Amino acid sequence: MTDTIPLLPVHVISGFLGSGKTTLLKSVLASEAFGDSAVLINEFGDVGLDNRLLGEIAKDAVLLSSGCVCCTIRGELSDALRSLISQRQNGEIPAFQRIVLETTGLADPGPIASTITADPVLRHHLRPGTNLTLVDAVNAIDSRQRHPVWEAQVAVADKLVISKTDLVDTSRIDHIHDLLNTINPAAQRLGREALNQPSNTLFASGPHLERFTRTQVKKWLGPWHKPAGPKANGHLSDVHSFRLAFEGELDWTCFGLWLSMLLNRHGSDIMRVKGVLHVKDDHRPVVLHGVQHTIHPPEHVEVWPDDDRRSELIFITRSITASRVADSLGTFMNAVSDHPCSRISYA
Amino acid sequence: MCGLCGALGGDDHWSTHIEDPEQAHHERRRARAYRAKLINRVLATRRLAIEDFQASSFVLATATGKREIVEDLGGIWRQAEQLSGREIDPLDEEFLASLG
Repeated sequence: MTDTIPLLPVHVISGFLGSGKTTLLKSVLASEAFGDSAVLINEFGDVGLDNRLLGEIAKDAVLLSSGCVCCTIRGELSDALRSLISQRQNGEIPAFQRIVLETTGLADPGPIASTITADPVLRHHLRPGTNLTLVDAVNAIDSRQRHPVWEAQVAVADKLVISKTDLVDTSRIDHIHDLLNTINPAAQRLGREALNQPSNTLFASGPHLERFTRTQVKKWLGPWHKPAGPKANGHLSDVHSFRLAFEGELDWTCFGLWLSMLLNRHGSDIMRVKGVLHVKDDHRPVVLHGVQHTIHPPEHVEVWPDDDRRSELIFITRSITASRVADSLGTFMNAVSDHPCSRISYA
Repeated sequence: MCGLCGALGGDDHWSTHIEDPEQAHHERRRARAYRAKLINRVLATRRLAIEDFQASSFVLATATGKREIVEDLGGIWRQAEQLSGREIDPLDEEFLASLG
């Protein structure tokens, strides 16, 4: 925590096969706002199709040439990132200010954060950035039913963009919105303009800004789209998204023990957790953000601007219900902490 | 180095990042002692305990005297599960009930 060297963000563009990741990446690379980016492309299979498509635009692109990101990312991604850092330090490549990683369409982007934070070298140079996931309007529903990784990609997203909306009717788009609401209601939605004219806000407002305002925190926590009804939920696999809220001060020490214990045993099924907490004896709100087993370093934000000091935690889980988590946290805090928390509600 | 970091043998667990590195020494010791007390309340359900070792690290001990250095907070639950041979699952109602 004493490291004062600015950490470079690693932003992730995710999305199932054919969702438009490379199209977005090409727009990003053509934008002046992203002129100081390094790009990593993770390819599936032997043919570097995306690399060919990018061509001369991506002169700094590094193609990961083998294997699916799901099974090889820890080794290969670490090597690729270390190489980029080394080349940057040696002046062999421009001093880029961010890394944009395009995953293969078959990849669960969840382990990327832990790859960075667990690596003894990388974590002193890089930090997880914003996860942006594209959703193909034409194939989303079919992809979700056939490929479980589709839900994982949606669940880890900080921002969601629906692509190919001009190829479907509005009822299909509404259906997809309902579907996304049930899986990740807190993700920020971006419109089509984000694909065609990406600005420097594309990856902004991530969870790692040094100082959020309360308004920014609320925006980051997400609009919490109204959950869809049974119709949209009907075919969902066992993904749960819910929000815990509790009033009063939180014993951070006890909460940290509970969460580390939960992640130790169920980290693979905690697809996302994020929130803002009113910590005991701390006048500043604390922002918490994690993907699967990895919790990013929590950060203080600006002082509470009003009387709304409720702690809020958003979970996206696989097979773990809101009531189980709320009951567990409440029981644990009351049994272990010297400062039990008040009633925990969930929705 | 903050007190907690020293307490648990690592300096980069996420739960330590909101602590003020400039806080007074006695405050760090107080936070360290409180965390150890809470951990021991949990470990008591598995007949385990952590013991302070020269204010620089902790040792995880079984009731029969087996001891291991605690490497980091993130790993303490795995170590405790291995030593006790039982899971420590906060979603398990039996475990929660055992906390009293």
